[in-house]
Amino acid sequence: MKERNLTCIVCPKGCQIKVLFDGEGKIKEVLGYTCKRGEEYAITECTHPRRTVTTTMKTAGGIVAVKTYGTVPKEDVFKVMDEINRTRITRDVKIGDVLIEDVAGTGVKVVATSEVQ
Amino acid sequence: MIKRIKKELVIVGGGPAGMSAAVAAYERGLRDILILERDNALGGILRQCIHNGFGLHRFGEELTGPEYAHRYIEKVLEYKIPYMLETMVTGIDKNRILTAQNCKEGIFEIEAGAIILAMGCRERPKGALNIAGTRPSGVYTAGTAQKYVNMKGYMPGKRVVILGSGDIGLIMARRMTLEGAKVECVCELMPYSGGLARNIEQCLNDFDIPLLLSHTVIEIHGKERVTGVTIAKVDENRRPIMDTARFIECDTLLLSCGLIPENELTRSAGITIDRVTNGAVVDGSRETDVKGIFACGNVLHVHDLVDYVSEEAEICACGAVDFIRGQAKGEADINIRTDGKVRYTVPRKLTEIKDTTLYFRVSDIFRDVRLTVKSADRVILSKKKQKLAPGEMETVTISADVIREIKNGEITVSLEA
Ligand SMILES: Cc1cc2nc3c(=O)[nH]c(=O)nc-3n(C[C@H](O)[C@H](O)[C@H](O)COP(=O)(O)OP(=O)(O)OC[C@H]3O[C@@H](n4cnc5c(N)ncnc54)[C@H](O)[C@@H]3O)c2cc1C
Repeated sequence: MKERNLTCIVCPKGCQIKVLFDGEGKIKEVLGYTCKRGEEYAITECTHPRRTVTTTMKTAGGIVAVKTYGTVPKEDVFKVMDEINRTRITRDVKIGDVLIEDVAGTGVKVVATSEVQ
Repeated sequence: MIKRIKKELVIVGGGPAGMSAAVAAYERGLRDILILERDNALGGILRQCIHNGFGLHRFGEELTGPEYAHRYIEKVLEYKIPYMLETMVTGIDKNRILTAQNCKEGIFEIEAGAIILAMGCRERPKGALNIAGTRPSGVYTAGTAQKYVNMKGYMPGKRVVILGSGDIGLIMARRMTLEGAKVECVCELMPYSGGLARNIEQCLNDFDIPLLLSHTVIEIHGKERVTGVTIAKVDENRRPIMDTARFIECDTLLLSCGLIPENELTRSAGITIDRVTNGAVVDGSRETDVKGIFACGNVLHVHDLVDYVSEEAEICACGAVDFIRGQAKGEADINIRTDGKVRYTVPRKLTEIKDTTLYFRVSDIFRDVRLTVKSADRVILSKKKQKLAPGEMETVTISADVIREIKNGEITVSLEA
């Protein structure tokens, strides 16, 4: 692999980024990004891609929307989903409450993003 | 006798547009405000948009839909701005009398100093009507499916085909996949997607879901429940090429074929509707051609970014507050025309001499063009644009000085080589 074309997912602009690699597959240059976060995204995406997961979680009173507080490794996304779907919350939930401390061993929290729907 | 109350500012719809407008009006000193919302909570469509990607412009952080809405709900509560839930506005007339109803009050009328329309939009069901075959269960609009999954916790199906590659369809492709469904493909009639590039990346490519451009669903199969669909490639006139037809087994078809502003009330007030946007024709302050009635958010034109909705709502609120306080505008009277490549602009009229941002969409993908504003064939503004796409709303700002140069009360916004 000499180069890789990416669509940045950091913001709605969706910049087209080109990553150039040297002979050993190390990143040589990143082109086409328009902000620092875009550059970081491109590097992470080519080394150990990560994603934020947003989903819902069951509670006693109904379901709440949740998100991972930060990104988790892309290959763990379904493991994360699995743990979230297996977890039941029995108490009241407010926006911002931590519902899982360390989801699927990623070291990342899961927090509520809505009240009970 | 129908009960009638008086309010300085009445806002129809408690989504991000309505709430942002209310908060901005309050912050400009207005106190006599009332928000009317037909749902059982404030927040609008954002309540079901649990994915992240909202608020980067506005708050500098990536929020989910409910979190973005919550920021405004907190402000509405903090300012004690009055709102009524489960209250449906059923009529508005040109003298700014609203008719509304709810269980507690029955039918009642409100005499408003100014009205802000913020009713949002609904999904286009059209896609369904032109497809041959049976009418089994398992066909949903993407937004309805989103509501089921995200707010009720039901899964509409296990094997899914999505027609239309707008953002809602893309977001739902990922959402259904995360919840264990298999999304067979997303079919898009046009040769390009109407969704944001980032959503194609993170919602389809992440899960190897094929995006079939220039493809459509030509038949739905199944008696009680969908058993599959026939899809086919389309030619440049968007007609299916029959020998490319193939059957795809699935139990669910989601339609993501665009949004239409919800403008029944706007029409009932006699407000002129723009044929391209399906929203009201407005000036820079988002005032319609019926005095004292303003519009913002998705009811005015479809936005992909809620940050722009809030921005527009604030412009609109300032206009409404100025109107209530009797501040005259009308120093200018300029119509804005477009060349078709630029499909529309909001606003479409300029009535004030001040720096004004035009929001616009284009009809196709264009590269390395100049966005040009002309007055009587003279170029008064020209901006280089690297890439313009129909799915992405663009802006251009015209300064007060440039507006002063305009002749004959008309400008044309176009794309030039
Ligand atoms: C599926 C989907 C995904 C999206 N994804 C993103 C994204 O990733 N990032 C982003 O920035 N933006 C996104 N958006 C866009 C953003 O959510 C919308 O632009 C925004 O919600 C529009 O706000 P609004 O207030 O104009 O309309 P709405 O949110 O639709 O609110 C309108 C409100 O008016 C009420 N109403 C309507 N008629 C009446 C009546 N007659 N009487 C009383 N009340 C009435 C409705 O009940 C509703 O609450 C998405 C939108 C959708 C649909």
